[in-house]
Amino acid sequence: MGRYLLRKLANNLILVLLAASLSYFVAGLSLHPQSNYEGRNPPLAKSTIAKTLDDVNMNPDTPIVTRFITWADGVAHGDLGKTIDGSPVNDEVGRRIGVSTRLLLLATLVGSVGGVALGALGAIKQYKLFDRVTTLASFFILAMPTFVLALFLKLASIQFLGAGTIHFTGETDPEFAGHWDFAALGNRAEHMLLPGLTLVLIQVGLYSRYQRSTMLDVLGSDFLRTARAKGLRRRTALVKHGLRTAILPVVPLLVYNIVLLFVGATFTEKAFGWHGMGELLVNSITRNDVNATAAVSLFTAVLVLIAGILSDLMYAALDPRVRVR
Amino acid sequence: MTDSTNPSQPSDSTRTKEGLRPVTDTRLDISQPVLEVSDLHVAFPSEAGQVRAVRGVSYAVRPGEVLGIVGESGSGKSVSSMAVLGLLPESAAVTGSVKLNGRELLGLSDNEMSKIRGKDIGMVFQDPLSALTPVYSVGTQIVEALQIHQDLTKVQARERSIELLDLVGIPDPKRRVDNFPHEFSGGMRQRAMIAMAIANDPKVIIADEPTTALDVTIQAQVLEVLKKAQDVTGAAIVMITHDLGVIAGFADRVQVMYAGKPVEAGSVDEVYYSPRMPYTIGLLGSIPRLDDTERRALTPIEGNPPSMVELPKGCPFAARCPIAIDRCREVEPTLSVKEGNTHPTACHRSHELGDTLDPAAIYPVPEVPEASDLEQRPRGERATVLELDNLTKHFPLTKGAVVKRKVGVVRAVDGISLDIREGETLGLVGESGCGKTTTLLEILDLPKGQVGTVTVFGKDTRSMNRADRKTLRRDMQIVFQDPMAALDARMPIGDILAEPLKTHGWDKERIAARVPELLELVGLNPDHADRYPQEFSGGQRQRISIARALALEPKLVVLDEPVSALDVSIQAGVLNLLDELKTRLGLSYLFVAHDLSVVRHIADRIAVMYLGRIVEVGDTQSIFDAPSHPYTQALLSAVPLPDPRRERERTRILLTGDLPSPANVPSGCRFRNRCPKYLSLDEAEQLRCRDEDPASAKLADDHSAACHFAKALEVI
Ligand SMILES: Nc1ncnc2c1ncn2[C@@H]1O[C@H](COP(=O)(O)OP(=O)(O)O)[C@@H](O)[C@H]1O
Ligand code: SF4
Ligand code: SF4
Ligand SMILES: [Mg+2]
Repeated sequence: MGRYLLRKLANNLILVLLAASLSYFVAGLSLHPQSNYEGRNPPLAKSTIAKTLDDVNMNPDTPIVTRFITWADGVAHGDLGKTIDGSPVNDEVGRRIGVSTRLLLLATLVGSVGGVALGALGAIKQYKLFDRVTTLASFFILAMPTFVLALFLKLASIQFLGAGTIHFTGETDPEFAGHWDFAALGNRAEHMLLPGLTLVLIQVGLYSRYQRSTMLDVLGSDFLRTARAKGLRRRTALVKHGLRTAILPVVPLLVYNIVLLFVGATFTEKAFGWHGMGELLVNSITRNDVNATAAVSLFTAVLVLIAGILSDLMYAALDPRVRVR
Repeated sequence: MTDSTNPSQPSDSTRTKEGLRPVTDTRLDISQPVLEVSDLHVAFPSEAGQVRAVRGVSYAVRPGEVLGIVGESGSGKSVSSMAVLGLLPESAAVTGSVKLNGRELLGLSDNEMSKIRGKDIGMVFQDPLSALTPVYSVGTQIVEALQIHQDLTKVQARERSIELLDLVGIPDPKRRVDNFPHEFSGGMRQRAMIAMAIANDPKVIIADEPTTALDVTIQAQVLEVLKKAQDVTGAAIVMITHDLGVIAGFADRVQVMYAGKPVEAGSVDEVYYSPRMPYTIGLLGSIPRLDDTERRALTPIEGNPPSMVELPKGCPFAARCPIAIDRCREVEPTLSVKEGNTHPTACHRSHELGDTLDPAAIYPVPEVPEASDLEQRPRGERATVLELDNLTKHFPLTKGAVVKRKVGVVRAVDGISLDIREGETLGLVGESGCGKTTTLLEILDLPKGQVGTVTVFGKDTRSMNRADRKTLRRDMQIVFQDPMAALDARMPIGDILAEPLKTHGWDKERIAARVPELLELVGLNPDHADRYPQEFSGGQRQRISIARALALEPKLVVLDEPVSALDVSIQAGVLNLLDELKTRLGLSYLFVAHDLSVVRHIADRIAVMYLGRIVEVGDTQSIFDAPSHPYTQALLSAVPLPDPRRERERTRILLTGDLPSPANVPSGCRFRNRCPKYLSLDEAEQLRCRDEDPASAKLADDHSAACHFAKALEVI
């Protein structure tokens, strides 16, 4: 197993490098950083623009291969280059990873546990009221664009609790920014409430559908019957033998989804004004920021790699049948 | 010691014990039933209406006694045992009474029932792969069973699990206890299930088709283990099966179920030797028997069991019963001892059977078609249809996900030679995994490369061009085991039959004429050509498969387990059909089956396969009367006969262990690690078995075996 994972890691590392390089070329050729400086009033001198672009290694007059080598050399030394503003991409990405982590850690935990629990319960109570309601609710949520769901939650909080009861813009109120004392934590929790809920609802909706269907397969299984014939109570058998087996096929899905949310929570971040990685993806493209775009791509590729390894590890931990490899 | 339904048989062990027991001894009143089921009804709601799966089942079992419950699939056997355990879905409506040592179980809460399940009542299910949880080791699952009901520490429970595994005959239990279910063979999994069932010394063991998915050799082992488990625990056993042979030797009493109801009950001798209910009589007449000496047509029971949703009025068997009278269609008979009978039946005419009606004559015996001229000609004068010479199929055993390394060879087929003549049926038998299907696929593939030759209708497949191959594919057809999987569910059967004809360029008119002809040939209504496969029953679907195989008028038909998915009463009709078609159309069959009784019935010659080789081949009579290879002897001796007295007298040659992997073939004689004869040989002889691969040696005109010490032995 260890050797299998190492080999897989090596294989995938090559893929990550390839994907990241390819994205650099695509970004470098299709984005136009110069447009940020052209057409200004008063117009900037051509040489000034070129100088600024050269500083951040985004001058379209430099051959793309040369730019790539400069960039790749930097990346190899742990430097992702500069943003279009001239600040280091490293700082930007570092800060945003922090934001994304704070936003997602709790939400994915609650979302996946909730999704699995709700799905399993729905299967056990198939066609009963609980199942019908959760099925309907999940489809409703999944059919709604994230932005609309976020807006809906905001409006609901204003409607039912009154405007200003829950502060939902940004990570904190301005006066708490950068603070971590007790009061600031409370404020952070308050700000987390609605974006967190958005993410939780979406994940519960999605995961519960998968869990429900795999659980249904397991419910009629012979081994569950054996477990009960041994004398396990229904609920114990359902959890210990049923859910334990039914969760297997859901694990890879969960892992990939959760890991990729780190760049995929764009709409939630935008809707609630959190400056995470998802926002960076959109911003960097609209601002024609080649290096930031390349950094996000590299980050995404690394996430896929991590998700692959993590899901293999989790799967091996849960399913003895693959461990022998 | 009163047992009104069992006046006979003082010979049986339980009752002998009872007889010896002093009357004053009240420590253990074993004449009291441990489990008593009365008037059990189960109904499920369904879209089509209420499914009345069980309609009044009653039985009682005493300690140490074995009750057999037989019946076709869907007759309510499993549902009634699930009802006893309280394991039916909540939607099931269960009424009646289930008493364990006098305590009523129906209506107990899940909590209370779970204290009884696995402790007082142990359960063994069919299909042992799916019956164990894949993600826990076998040991963990037995430990769990122990700890639910007993106050044991982890270490103690583990010790006990190892003891239990040892008891049920798992080799090297200390190591095996940590294996996962997928690392066990089918037989070993079933042993583990039995270990789990007896872990808490149950008073009753319910076994639902415990050997159905297993090979006969393994079945014999598992039945032995069940007997041993019963000896150790003194439990009563309720044995559910569709196999009348298994029950004959294993049970004391038997109950026959039809359409959710017991229709006949009694001691095995009473039911097997003097059945008094047409369904039982039909069942017993429809099974091919290993001890049949002459060729006879089987008597199938026409029709299919009724739907459990809309049961017709009167006797549920009336539509299929050859002696039904008007009253049968009006009033449903109850289970009771009828005048002149020794045991209870549910039939209005039981009193006449055995009196004015001869039970053996109530079913019309189908005519066996007279042997054709071709079939009467001596074998040597008939043309050879198929000849295999040293046919070999090895697969490389590889390892590694991306880069595959060859680490060994799987010798699936390891040098097979045999031939089939015109108008002849060759039966190919052997345990699952011995290479039967690979052999068939190799033949159908018309191989070019591999070692050995395949000669079809006198032509070597290696020297054939494309056109030759196409003709050959027409002359050689196959019928598979599972008719549903083999027929496209989206096509009406008329189109299914027309398909091969179109492929071979028949024009529209000829096809339109051929399809009804084919349906008629296999005994189906030609008007049903526009129906879909799912509208037919299992037996009818197999007939459609046969019709499709015959569409192009082949000369050789390869049949891979063609009747093993069918119930016995249906199977008989299909076997008769195959027999008749062979004579009428001058076909040759290569018939692969694991059921030796079926093979005996249908085959002219038999080849016994073990681990990629033919170990014995000859005409049917020689193989069954004078089996000479130790493997053939063991195989035949493992088959249970539907004959209680003979079963009691028989001693089985039990094979140890499972079929070895074809990737790891033993040196010398490949059967030596399981060979019962090997153990009785002296040192020098054993050495020969170890070093020298026995070649096939001729024993009689058409009989040869590959064993250094081949000697005929009577085993049936
Ligand atoms: N959960 C269920 N819901 C509806 N019908 C069922 C259910 N379980 C079994 N049945 C029906 O009950 C009948 C008896 O089934 P079963 O006891 O499994 O037969 P057997 O074990 O004799 O083959 C069948 O018609 C089957 O379709
Ligand atoms: S009751 Fe009538 S239909 Fe039913 S088995 Fe007896 S004779 Fe046949
Ligand atoms: S050759 Fe030896 S080991 Fe093989 S079957 Fe004969 S007696 Fe048994
Ligand atoms: Mg069943």
